[in-house]
Amino acid sequence: MTLELTGTSRRGFIQASASAAGLLLAFQIAPKAGAAEAGVKPLNAYVRVAPDGMVTIMAKNPEIGQGVKTSLPMLIAEELDVPWENVRIEQADSDPKLYGRQFAGGSMATPLHWEELRRVGAVARAMLIEAAALAWNCPAGECSTDRGMVIHASTKRRASYGSLAAQCAGVTVPDAKSVAVKDPKDYKIIGKATPQYDTAKIVTGQPLFGIDVRRPGMLYATYEKAPVFGAKVASADVAAAKGVKGVRDAFVVEGGENLSGLLPGVAVVGDSWWAARKGRDKLNVKWAEHPTSAQSSAGFARRAGELAAAAPQKVIRKDGDADQALKGAAKTVKAAYAYPFLAHVAMEPMNCTAEFGKDGKLEIWAPTQNPESGRQLVAQTLGVKPDDITIHMTRCGGGFGRRLSNDYMVEAAWIARAAKAPVKLLWTREDDIKHDFYRPAGFHFLEAGLDAQGNVVAWKNHFVTFGEGPEKPASSAAMGPNEFPGRFVKNCEFGVSTMPFGVPTGPLRAPGSNALAFVHQSYIDDLAHAAGQDPVAFQLKLLGDQKLVGEGPSAFNAGRMRGVLKAVAEMSAWGKTRLPARTGMGVACYFSHLGYFAEVVRAHVDADGAVKPERAWVAADVGHQIVNPSGAMNQVQGAVIDGLSHALFQKVTIENGAVAQNNFYDYPVLRMKDAPPVEVKFLKTAYPPTGLGEPALPPALPALCNAIFAATGVRIRELPVDVKLLKA
Amino acid sequence: MAYKLNVNGKVLTADVDPDTPLLWTLRDTLGITGPKFGCGVGQCGACTVHIDGQPVRSCSTPVSAVGEKKVTTIEGVGADPVGRKLQAAWAEFDVAQCGYCQPGQIMSATALLKAKPRPTDADIDAAMSGNICRCATYNRIRAAIKRASGQPVEA
Ligand code: FES
Ligand code: FES
Repeated sequence: MTLELTGTSRRGFIQASASAAGLLLAFQIAPKAGAAEAGVKPLNAYVRVAPDGMVTIMAKNPEIGQGVKTSLPMLIAEELDVPWENVRIEQADSDPKLYGRQFAGGSMATPLHWEELRRVGAVARAMLIEAAALAWNCPAGECSTDRGMVIHASTKRRASYGSLAAQCAGVTVPDAKSVAVKDPKDYKIIGKATPQYDTAKIVTGQPLFGIDVRRPGMLYATYEKAPVFGAKVASADVAAAKGVKGVRDAFVVEGGENLSGLLPGVAVVGDSWWAARKGRDKLNVKWAEHPTSAQSSAGFARRAGELAAAAPQKVIRKDGDADQALKGAAKTVKAAYAYPFLAHVAMEPMNCTAEFGKDGKLEIWAPTQNPESGRQLVAQTLGVKPDDITIHMTRCGGGFGRRLSNDYMVEAAWIARAAKAPVKLLWTREDDIKHDFYRPAGFHFLEAGLDAQGNVVAWKNHFVTFGEGPEKPASSAAMGPNEFPGRFVKNCEFGVSTMPFGVPTGPLRAPGSNALAFVHQSYIDDLAHAAGQDPVAFQLKLLGDQKLVGEGPSAFNAGRMRGVLKAVAEMSAWGKTRLPARTGMGVACYFSHLGYFAEVVRAHVDADGAVKPERAWVAADVGHQIVNPSGAMNQVQGAVIDGLSHALFQKVTIENGAVAQNNFYDYPVLRMKDAPPVEVKFLKTAYPPTGLGEPALPPALPALCNAIFAATGVRIRELPVDVKLLKA
Repeated sequence: MAYKLNVNGKVLTADVDPDTPLLWTLRDTLGITGPKFGCGVGQCGACTVHIDGQPVRSCSTPVSAVGEKKVTTIEGVGADPVGRKLQAAWAEFDVAQCGYCQPGQIMSATALLKAKPRPTDADIDAAMSGNICRCATYNRIRAAIKRASGQPVEA
């Protein structure tokens, strides 16, 4: 461990870093100005202890509903050995010097912090023990802890953490890598269902979210951008907007061409958001012509068909000879699958509050999943030094990947500077649906061959997607060479072709997987039926008897997948249930974000084609320890229902270069009446704990579509489900 | 125009245009930010408040239509025993994910239990399907409503 003095940094810390472990503990020598109550001693960047023993733990990452504001502090509290009732949690600001990367994405919080944050707690505990041992003049090894007390058993001495914290300044900081951590059987907090820390505030409506931020003298803003992404303002009647009562200012923002940056538009600023909205209605903006104003979803589908008729632009996997094997197959199945662009529609519309101080420094309150990239974007666009920007992370009313982009943050900062006042920018739902970073649409042209025993002997997929050539796919528009059943079929060929487009895309919860699982797991069901075999048995056979396939990040553990498949078959009484007419069960499994998931959906299809998902079963393998079983269950149930929502209802259509949908009436989200009970079982396996925000989503779509096939004999090959195809 | 509004038992004055939705009057003018904005067009229920005990979408209710009627928001619903029970059940089941929709969900659930103290699943579907939960916490919302109404909860 190296100690370096960074007394010149703006907060004055001594930092102790164990760089090999990637661990950064910052030991505050002076309490952060204004932040600490009297007598509250910081042990490190994450932990402060008050004289009464109350422990404040910093929540480092953005909270978007995935529960990290509770689950990450649980890791620290466990090893610190304090009772959960004595823990207070504070949301940290964005400060990579103290906390490393702070983001919400990829279901990475648990795998990235499982070791690190337990060791933060263990280091703090060791320091408290050391302080007690010094005071008692006994070896630290003779001391133990229990519920916020250090104990010396033989002399029956006890001291509370609160009384010891002040003495920790003098003790040596132990090496985080070698400090002792608990045996999991002794856990008192990890593994216990723990309600979200903010529950009381949520159920009583206390301000928590970005949209709830209020600053003295704050004005409210709305920002109108072109329906065609990136089109410039030709004209706008800002005078008419300014004539509306309560409007303070209205102005054109030139903006740039980068679809992830500050785009051209017209801002209206008012005393209330409603006043600004009314002003906006008077703008009568005319937009300049734009090169993408003719693009459309229908055009993309046509172009995909043309590309599919030719050879793929690039072959990304080639095992054996798929064409030859197809010729020799007992049976071949050809199918084309497609899925649309999707919007995120986080429940809290995009918003951000920005305020410039007299010193030119900028303070931002943002519901963001990715504050640092926001800081950089704002700094570059406005020409403000990154160090002069403070970002407070508010609770986010959902994220789903949308708030990894910080377009609304740079807009708020720009408007606040122009309006010379603190400004809260708030988008309408229509702004949100028309200016997202969409889950890209995609097209898969598949052909497979079965031998006489129903084994898959050939598999070909020509994937048509978006990008500047197959080497440069658009964000979230790629497929890897190891997509299942790659590596499991002897003669296997994946080809990719891309088409250029002008639609901003980005990650949506379980990016890539949320679309690819639908295609591949539906098609495997297709093949099982073509082979006349039970879909669970067929998939188990395809998985074979190997354990680990591949290495490193591309490793796929077929044994874990077989485990969850068998478990979900058992939970759902697969193959043992007699079902009413037009009711079916479907199964699917998928590996993403380090988690193995198998799911069964039972669905009924009405005579008019309406689909009612009746129940879902989930078997999950995310390793040996669930940190917070309550949050974990909630994530899985939500992800499954989210997947059903994609499959049944959601579609963004591009027409004349712009998004055709507007609000929840034409971009529906699944509601209570369609939400099935979701039964979840976590298998405990020997593997390290991994994340849960995403991997339960992908199998839900094909499980539903396979259930629809079982109920009606109609194969869903294009999303969302078209109920017209399902009429009795 | 100055409106005198009875919100959570207090009379408050808001100087706003007559067409201003109650939602923005509460949030921006009166600083009562529990009711949330989700769609602005009566589709999501995030903005649900009670007017004389009836659930309404405050985003689509002009302030001029409120008159002297009693407005209750999530901040005040705990004063009512049914609202308080529901808040407790919401906490017990750890219903929320992001939590953004939950004020609206609790307001709709309170109105439901006042009209039907022991709602069936079909009653819950009917009363709660106007409230979107984008995080899809529907299983737990249903469980919390059952618990608060003293009915058995499916495990
Ligand atoms: S904001 Fe009122 S119903 Fe959605
Ligand atoms: S908890 Fe996030 S929208 Fe309901």
